[in-house]
Amino acid sequence: MGRARLAVWKFASCDGCQLSLLDCEDELLDIAGAVDIVHFLEASSHVEPGPYDLSIVEGSVTTPKDAARIQHVREVSKAVVTIGACATAGGIQALRNFADHAEMMRAVYANPQYIETLATSTPIAAHIPVEFELRGCPIDKGQLLQLIGAFLLGRKPPIRSHSTCMECKARGNVCVTVAHGTPCLGPVTHAGCGALCPTYHRGCYGCFGPSDAARPDALVKDLLERGVERPELYRLLSNFNAAAEPFRTEAERHDGQD
Amino acid sequence: MTDRTSGTRMITVGELARVEGEGALMIQLEGERVVDVQLRIFEPPRLFESMLRGRAAAEAPDITSRICGICPVAYQMSACHAIERALGVRCDGALRELRRLLYCGEWIESHVLHMTMLHAPDFLGAPDVMTLSEKHPEQVHAALQMKKTGNAIVTALGGREIHPINVRLGGFYRAPRRHELSALLPDLEAARDAAEGLLDWCATFEFPDLDRDAEYVALQHPDEYPMNEGRIASTSGLDIDALDWEEHFIEEQVPHSTALHAKIIERGPYICGPQARFALNAERLSPRARQAAARVGLTPQTVKNPFRSILVRGVEVIYAFDEAIRIIESYQPPAVSAIEAKPQAGRGAAATEAPRGLLYHRYDLDAAANILEAKIVPPTSQNQCSIEDDLRAIAPALAALPHAAARARAEHAIRNYDPCISCATHFLKLTIERA
Repeated sequence: MGRARLAVWKFASCDGCQLSLLDCEDELLDIAGAVDIVHFLEASSHVEPGPYDLSIVEGSVTTPKDAARIQHVREVSKAVVTIGACATAGGIQALRNFADHAEMMRAVYANPQYIETLATSTPIAAHIPVEFELRGCPIDKGQLLQLIGAFLLGRKPPIRSHSTCMECKARGNVCVTVAHGTPCLGPVTHAGCGALCPTYHRGCYGCFGPSDAARPDALVKDLLERGVERPELYRLLSNFNAAAEPFRTEAERHDGQD
Repeated sequence: MTDRTSGTRMITVGELARVEGEGALMIQLEGERVVDVQLRIFEPPRLFESMLRGRAAAEAPDITSRICGICPVAYQMSACHAIERALGVRCDGALRELRRLLYCGEWIESHVLHMTMLHAPDFLGAPDVMTLSEKHPEQVHAALQMKKTGNAIVTALGGREIHPINVRLGGFYRAPRRHELSALLPDLEAARDAAEGLLDWCATFEFPDLDRDAEYVALQHPDEYPMNEGRIASTSGLDIDALDWEEHFIEEQVPHSTALHAKIIERGPYICGPQARFALNAERLSPRARQAAARVGLTPQTVKNPFRSILVRGVEVIYAFDEAIRIIESYQPPAVSAIEAKPQAGRGAAATEAPRGLLYHRYDLDAAANILEAKIVPPTSQNQCSIEDDLRAIAPALAALPHAAARARAEHAIRNYDPCISCATHFLKLTIERA
C-alpha cells in the first residue's frame, strides 16, 4: 500500500483533542512526512476527497446534520477511531440527555427556533462501528502518537484500560483519599493521564471515563463512609463523561439526594 | 460560485479552514457593492451557560475550560476571578504572579500557533504549516520550539497544556517549587530570542491595505499590560468595572449563526484582542517588546489595519516571554497554595484577556455557592460584527479579484482575528455571493 491517507473530523467539541496533534511540536512534521494528511480543517485548507485510510473523529453528535455526516465519514473511511470524551462518551454536553433540552436552549438563545439541535449528545459509536476509542478530556498526546503509529503498523494500539489508581500507585503518590479524605475517582477511572490530579494533590475527576470493570458503587460506599456528601458524588460522576456507564447509573442514585 | 452574466456574484466558503471550530462565509456582491455578508457559524451549541446552573461554583473553572481547547486557561482565569469576587476572595502576591505566568504560557502557545500554523500560510500562499515548512524550515522549526516552550509553562504549572488540572478557586491545588519553574529558564531565554526572529520574519510579509476606524475594547491596568486584571476600557472613552459590562454591552442573536453577536449599546460593533490591547496599553509593554513594536512599525495608527494583527501577536509573544522570565526569576513559593473561600450568596463578574481578546464571565451564586445563573461572552462573539464589517470594507477589492483569489483574501481577513468558533458558539463557513 502507498502512503496512508489521514483525515481529522470535528463534531461537537472544544477542539482540544485535535489540537493535541498540533501540540506534538517535535513529531508533527515527521507525522506529515509519514502519512498524507488530506482532511484536517483546523490545520490545513488543502482538502482531498475520500476514501481515507484512517479517520480520526473528535466530538459528539448533537445535530441532525452531524448524525448524517458521521455516516458519510464511515462510508469514506477504512478505519475510524474516536478521540476524547466527547466522541467516546458524549462529553459534558451530554448533560442535556438528562435535562429539559428545550428549556436549556431557551436559557441561552432568545430565538431557539433558528437553531437545529438534537435533544441528546451521543458518542460516535452510538451511530457507526468504530475501530478504537481513545479516552480523555483531553486525550494524552503520547497515546495519540501510539494510536497513529500502531495503525500504520497494522497493530492494536498498546493502550491499557486499567485504572488511574494503578498509575498513581506506580508513580508513588500518597493516596489523596486515604491521607486527606479527598474524594477521588482514580479507582474507577480509565488510565492514560499518568494520575495527574493526585500528583497535584487533588482528587481525580474522571476525565478519562470509566476503566474496565469499574465499580463506582463500591467506591461511592467508601466515600460516603468518609463523610463525602451525595450532591458532591453526583457532581463528581456527572461531568465530562456524564453519559458513560457505569458512571451514569451510579450518579443517578445520588441525584437530588441531600 | 460566480455568475458574471447577471452582474451579480456570490463568493462562498463552505467550510472555513485553519480556524478553531466550524463556520462558513457568504458574501453577495453586485458589482463592487456588497449586498450581504454573513459569517455563518454552524458549530453546534453546547449550552454551557445552561449546564452551569446548579453546579458548585468550585466546578466552574474545570467545566468552562471545556468551552475551548485552545484557550482553556482564559476560561479558568475569568471563572476564578468572577467567582472569587462573588465570594470576597482576592489572590495577591505569588498566587497572582503564578496566574499571570500561566496566562503567559497560553498567550505564547496560542499566538505562535495562530501566527505560524494558521495565519502565516495566508501571507505566503501555502495551504498549511506542513507545506510552509518545506520553503521556510528554519522559521517553522523555531516557531514549533517557541510554541512548545509556551506549552511547557502551562504544563509545569497546570499539569497539562490542554485543560490544566491545577487551577482552583483561590489559587492552585499545588504551588510549584522554585526549581520546577527555574528549570524552564534556559528554554524560555532561547525562545525569547527566537520570538524576535519570528516577528521580524512576519514583518517582511505584504499587508493588504485596510484602515478601519473602529472602537477598540480591552482591559486597562495602571501598572501592567493586562492579562487577569484591569478596568474595561475603550478607545472611545469607555472605562468601566466588569460588574457593569451588561449595562454597556448587549448580545444579539442572528438567524445565520449559533454565536451571539456582542455590541456596545448605542455605538455598535467594536474590536477586542491584540490590536485593542496594544491600542490601549502599548506604553505598559516591556522595553524589549516596545522596541520590537517600533522596529516593525507598529503605531496606534498602523495597528488599525487588521492584517497587521499578526505583528501585534508577535510583540505580545516577546512580552509574554519577558514576563514569564521576570516572574520565574523572582518567584518565591506562596505560604498556601490556595486561599479558602467560604460559601456565600452573591454576584461576581470578571473579564480577562484571552489570546483572542476580552473574555467576560458573570456568576450569580446561592448561599451554598452553587451557580444560579452564568453568563459567558467570548472574544469571537464580540469580534464577529467587526469581521463582517472588515469583509464589507474589502469587498471592492474582492470584486476585482478572480474567484479563487477573492475567496483566499476573504478567508485571510477572517483569520486576522484568530476566530475561535468553538468558543463563540453559544461561531464560520465562507460564501461570497456576487449578485
